[in-house]
Amino acid sequence: MAKVKGAIVIDVERCKGCCVCIPACPQDVIQIVKEVNGKGYQYAFPANHDACTGCINCAIVCPDGVITVYRVKVES
Amino acid sequence: MGDLKLMKGNEAVAEAAIRAGVDGYFGYPITPQSEVLEHLMANKPYETTGMVVLQAESEVAAINMVYGGASCGRMVMTSSSSPGISLKQEGISYLAGSELPALIVNVVRGGPGLGDIQPSQGDYFQATKGGGHGDYRMYVLAPSSVQEMYDFVKIAFDKAFKYRNPSMILSDGAIGQMMEKVEISEQTPRRTPEEIEKQCPWATVGKPTNRQRNIITSLYLDPYVQEKHVLKIKAKYERMQKEDVLYEKIKCDDAEYILVAYGSSARIAQKTVDIARKQGIKLGLFRPITLFPFPSKELFEVSKHLKGALAVELSTGQMVEDVKLAVECKIPVYHFGRYGGVIHTPVEIFNEFKSKFLGGI
Amino acid sequence: MDINEIIKPENLVYKKTKLFTEKPLSYCPGCGHGTTHRLILEVIEEMGIVSDTIGIAPVGCAVLAYEFMDIDMQQAAHGRAPALATAVKRLMPNKFVFTYQGDGDLAAIGTAETIHACNRGENITMIFINNGIYGMTGGQMAPTTLPGMKTSTSPFGRDVRIMGNPLKITELLANLPGTYYVTRQAVHTPNAVRKAKKAIRNAFEYQKLNKGVSFVEVVSNCNSGWKMTPNDANKWMEENMFPFYPLGDIKVPQLEKA
Repeated sequence: MAKVKGAIVIDVERCKGCCVCIPACPQDVIQIVKEVNGKGYQYAFPANHDACTGCINCAIVCPDGVITVYRVKVES
Repeated sequence: MGDLKLMKGNEAVAEAAIRAGVDGYFGYPITPQSEVLEHLMANKPYETTGMVVLQAESEVAAINMVYGGASCGRMVMTSSSSPGISLKQEGISYLAGSELPALIVNVVRGGPGLGDIQPSQGDYFQATKGGGHGDYRMYVLAPSSVQEMYDFVKIAFDKAFKYRNPSMILSDGAIGQMMEKVEISEQTPRRTPEEIEKQCPWATVGKPTNRQRNIITSLYLDPYVQEKHVLKIKAKYERMQKEDVLYEKIKCDDAEYILVAYGSSARIAQKTVDIARKQGIKLGLFRPITLFPFPSKELFEVSKHLKGALAVELSTGQMVEDVKLAVECKIPVYHFGRYGGVIHTPVEIFNEFKSKFLGGI
Repeated sequence: MDINEIIKPENLVYKKTKLFTEKPLSYCPGCGHGTTHRLILEVIEEMGIVSDTIGIAPVGCAVLAYEFMDIDMQQAAHGRAPALATAVKRLMPNKFVFTYQGDGDLAAIGTAETIHACNRGENITMIFINNGIYGMTGGQMAPTTLPGMKTSTSPFGRDVRIMGNPLKITELLANLPGTYYVTRQAVHTPNAVRKAKKAIRNAFEYQKLNKGVSFVEVVSNCNSGWKMTPNDANKWMEENMFPFYPLGDIKVPQLEKA
C-alpha cells in the first residue's frame, strides 16, 4: 500500500516564531528552537520530520507564508 | 465660433465637463452649486460620452471617489460650496500628497460655519494656502464670468495633469448663479484606456506583466524620504509660478492707482474704474486669474509706477496679504471688503478709494 | 526515506504565492492579517486576474498592504476605501476591485462609506478584518470590542452603559439590498483557512455577475493588542469572539440556495 511522506522547508529568517503552525500539525512535527534568527525570533523547526505527511496544514496557517511543503508517495 | 447658450455659471461648469471628455463627476448637493450635479443628471452624459455621474452620500465620500478615480488616471472632479469644501480638505490633501490630478470647484458662500448662501470670497486662504493638512498647494483659478466658468474647466484639468496635482476653480455664489451667454466648445472625446495608460503610466489600472506594480499613496514613513517627496511637490509649485500664472490688466498702463480684485469683485471693480476714468482719475484694475500661483511678479511690475493699490474682496482681508507681499511694501496697499454674502457696489468702492488715496469723498 | 529526496521541485505541494512581494510582512507574529493577505493573493493568482485587479488599502495595521501585494494598489484615507472602490469600479467596470479594511476603518470612521457602498450595491469585494481592537495605534477600544473586553481606552473592560455596544456591522450590511454575498470567516486553523479561502474566491467570482457587494469578514486575533501569545489569542478568540461573531455565511446568493 502506498504511504505519503512529506517534508517541509521553513524560511527561518522570515519566521517570527509565532507557533501557530505547531497545533496545526497533526503529526507534531514542528517545534521551536532555542536559538534566534537574524530578527531575534526563535524560529520553527521540523524536529520530528520523519512523521511529516505533507498535509500542508502548517503552511496554510502560517501568517508569514514561510513554509514550503513537499510530498511523495512511497510504496511500502 | 461654437454654439451660444444662455446658462448659469454652475451649469456651464457641468456642460464644460461633459464637453471636455471628463470621465467622472462625484458630488453632493449644497447651495449655491447644486445645479452642477442637476445639469449633469438631466443631460445623462453616461448615455453619450460614458461619463460617470454619481451623487455620493457626503462631500467626504465624493472627494474620496475623486481620489479613487484619479488614481486610475481618469479625469475626475467634484464641486461643492464652502462648508462642503471644508469637508473635502482631507481628501484634497491626500490628492496632493499622492500626486493626483483632479478638479474641485468651490462656489463660495458666506461664512464661517453654516453662514449663508450668498456670494463670498472668504475661502481665499483655504484655497490658496493649502486648506487641508500638510505642505501643499492647488492650482487655483478664479473665474469672473460664466464663460470663464466654462473655459476654466479645461485649463484646470490641463494643469492638473501637467503637474499631477489637484486644481481648484474658486468661484462664488454670484458667478455660479448668474446667467450669461456662453460659447460652447466642440465635444472632446474621452480618452481611451490605452491613451490613459500612455499618458498616466503611474495609474492603478491592474498590473500587466510588462511593468512593476503601481502604488498610489501619500505615506512615506521615513522622514528623509518624506522630505524628498515634499521637495518634489514644492518644485511643482515653483514651476507653476514660472509657467502658468494668469492675470488680466485693465487700464493699468497709465494708471496712478489700481484696484486689485478677482472673481465677482473684479466685475464690480471694473465698473468703478469706468466711474473714476469719467472723472479723469487714472485708476486701473489688476485681476489675478490664478490665485495660486499668484501673479506677484506681474503685479510688482505694474506697481512700479503706482501711487497706491486697493484690494477689493468679499472677505475681511485675505488676498490683500498676497498683494502686499507682491508690491514689497513699496506702495500703500489698503483693503476694502464686504462680508457674509453682501457684495460691494461700484460707487462704494469708488468712495472708499477716494477716502484712502485722494483725501476724502 | 531521506528528507532531501522529498524536497525536489516535482514533489512541491505548497509554497507561498508569487504575488507576495519580497518584503517581509510588518505584522506581529501570529497575526491573521498575513494569512488573509495570502488568501486574497492566492485567489487572484488562481483566477489569473492580476492585470485586472485593483486593491485598496486602509488606514490601520494594513496601511502598508500595498508593500506586500504585487498588484496595483491605492492607499485610502481612514475609512474611505469603499468610496475609492466605488469610483474605480464605475470607471473601469470590467476590473476586479477589492477593499481591505479593519474594524476601526470599516465600522467606525468609515461607517457611512461602508453602508452606502453596500446599499448602492457597488460591484466590489470588501474584506473586513475584525479583531475587536485598534492594533496600529496600540490597542484602543474598537467599534467591535466585546462587552467587558479590556483595551487601553477601556482598561477596566468595555462598559456598554458608558461606552456603547459593539457593532455587528456585518449582520447590518447583510440586511441591505445592495449586498449579494456576506460571510464571516476566520484564519486561525487549517480548516478555517480553507473555508475562508473558498469564501474569498466566491467573493471575487461574484464580481463577474454585477450583482452587488461581496463582503467577507475575517474574525481575527490581535495578540499584541490582546496581550496574549498567538495560540492563546486564537483560543481566546474561539471562546469569546466566535460566540458574539459566529462564523458562517450570513447572506448567500439566492441562486446557490436553490
